[in-house]
Amino acid sequence: MSEPNEHSQARPVTLRVNGTEHRGQVEPRKLLVDFLREDLGLTGSHVGCEHGICGACTILINGEAARSCLMLAVQADGAELMTVEGLAPQSGGPPALPGKTGQLHPLQTAFWEHHGLQCGFCTPGMLMTAYDLLQTNAAPSEAEIRAGLSAVLCRCTGYQGIVEAVQAAAETLRAGEEDQ
Amino acid sequence: MKPPPFAYHAPTQLDEALALLERYGDDAKVLAGGQSLMPLLNFRLSYPSALIDINRVAELSYLRQENDQVRIGALTRQRTIEFSELVRRQLPLLSEATTLVGHLPIRTRGTIGGSLAHADPAAEYPAVALVLDAELVLQRPGGQRSVSAEEFFVSYLTTVLAPNEIVTEIRFSPAPPTSGCAFEEVARRHGDFALVGVAGVIDAEGEQCRTARLAAAGVGPTPIRLRTAEDILVQEGVTEQSIQRAAAKAAELVEPDSDIHASADFRRHLTEVLTRRAIQRALERGRERRA
Repeated sequence: MSEPNEHSQARPVTLRVNGTEHRGQVEPRKLLVDFLREDLGLTGSHVGCEHGICGACTILINGEAARSCLMLAVQADGAELMTVEGLAPQSGGPPALPGKTGQLHPLQTAFWEHHGLQCGFCTPGMLMTAYDLLQTNAAPSEAEIRAGLSAVLCRCTGYQGIVEAVQAAAETLRAGEEDQ
Repeated sequence: MKPPPFAYHAPTQLDEALALLERYGDDAKVLAGGQSLMPLLNFRLSYPSALIDINRVAELSYLRQENDQVRIGALTRQRTIEFSELVRRQLPLLSEATTLVGHLPIRTRGTIGGSLAHADPAAEYPAVALVLDAELVLQRPGGQRSVSAEEFFVSYLTTVLAPNEIVTEIRFSPAPPTSGCAFEEVARRHGDFALVGVAGVIDAEGEQCRTARLAAAGVGPTPIRLRTAEDILVQEGVTEQSIQRAAAKAAELVEPDSDIHASADFRRHLTEVLTRRAIQRALERGRERRA
């Protein structure tokens, strides 16, 4: 039915990732997460199960968490994305951790302090999922955090440290809001 | 794995999408939220020669009240439904059931039309559409028809949708303000497809039951309306005994299969327990709403 080269014909894609505009040519079947990793070099988003279960590839698409393995790169044309690389502030303020120069987002600091990761494979998905959870519910209960984070699988931590980290980050972020 | 090659089309108008469907027929798949279709493509369980991506057809995404009905465009995201005040007020059952559909990052993309057209019998939306007597608008090139949820679901992942039709709208009539509703389910993990789910909408005052509607998910090739169980509540009124009898009847009406997740017997048992809980909680909610 379709013309032979209709399938593999690359299409132009323009999108913003962490505030920077990117242009590319992609084959329609290329997954968004593979485009981020292979074409843009943003390897922070991880490819785990490729069917929407593990959550390691979760990013923000137009401000809302979604699986980047369940979307084609061509579908993100015109979209505003945020990946784990965009979580930490780019400049300004004192270092988040003693002896370190880089900045961390309060969620990242809390994961560090509360042992919210071991191998780190699920961490980008955990962070972006927690980010979305806290923007829809600034003061979640422990049960709500557990329900929210059930969208991402962690095989190392037993989740306790992750839940504590999100509780701590929620407090830090709320305190920050009150200061302003 | 990665998706097989396909011709990709991203129409911005419904007419354009329908013309493409007409052109490709059975060889094309409509891509809505993609939360079921993309996994099938990634695992190469589906090899469509063309994907018709309707995500840019903006006219299919809306939520509005019209003629005593709530009309929802098929491309409306589950996340939008979850946070909609109109849905919370008019269709509390749909609101509650939405929080059980996958996880929030899945609901960001997943659509109501996609979930219904995919017709997984264990999914929440098909059971909600059935119990609320929803109507689905199916559009084809040059015409449309409206079918009830009861007619729409044919079998496992199978509906009455013709290859050249797209679900464009779902019409719900809100249950009476005196009624209460509940969606009860048991899943192995939070966000999984339910082993069994039961939806109930009951309009009762004291023991008198004006209407009762019950449907079960995950216990047959389609969601199943539990009509004889409903009749027990209406005919006998709502008492502890009639609720027991209705729940026991529900377990007789379903046709569950055994699989790696649960035996048929266990699913039958869950149907009874969840029907009882759904009835009790719907009655409680009704009391709260009337108070």
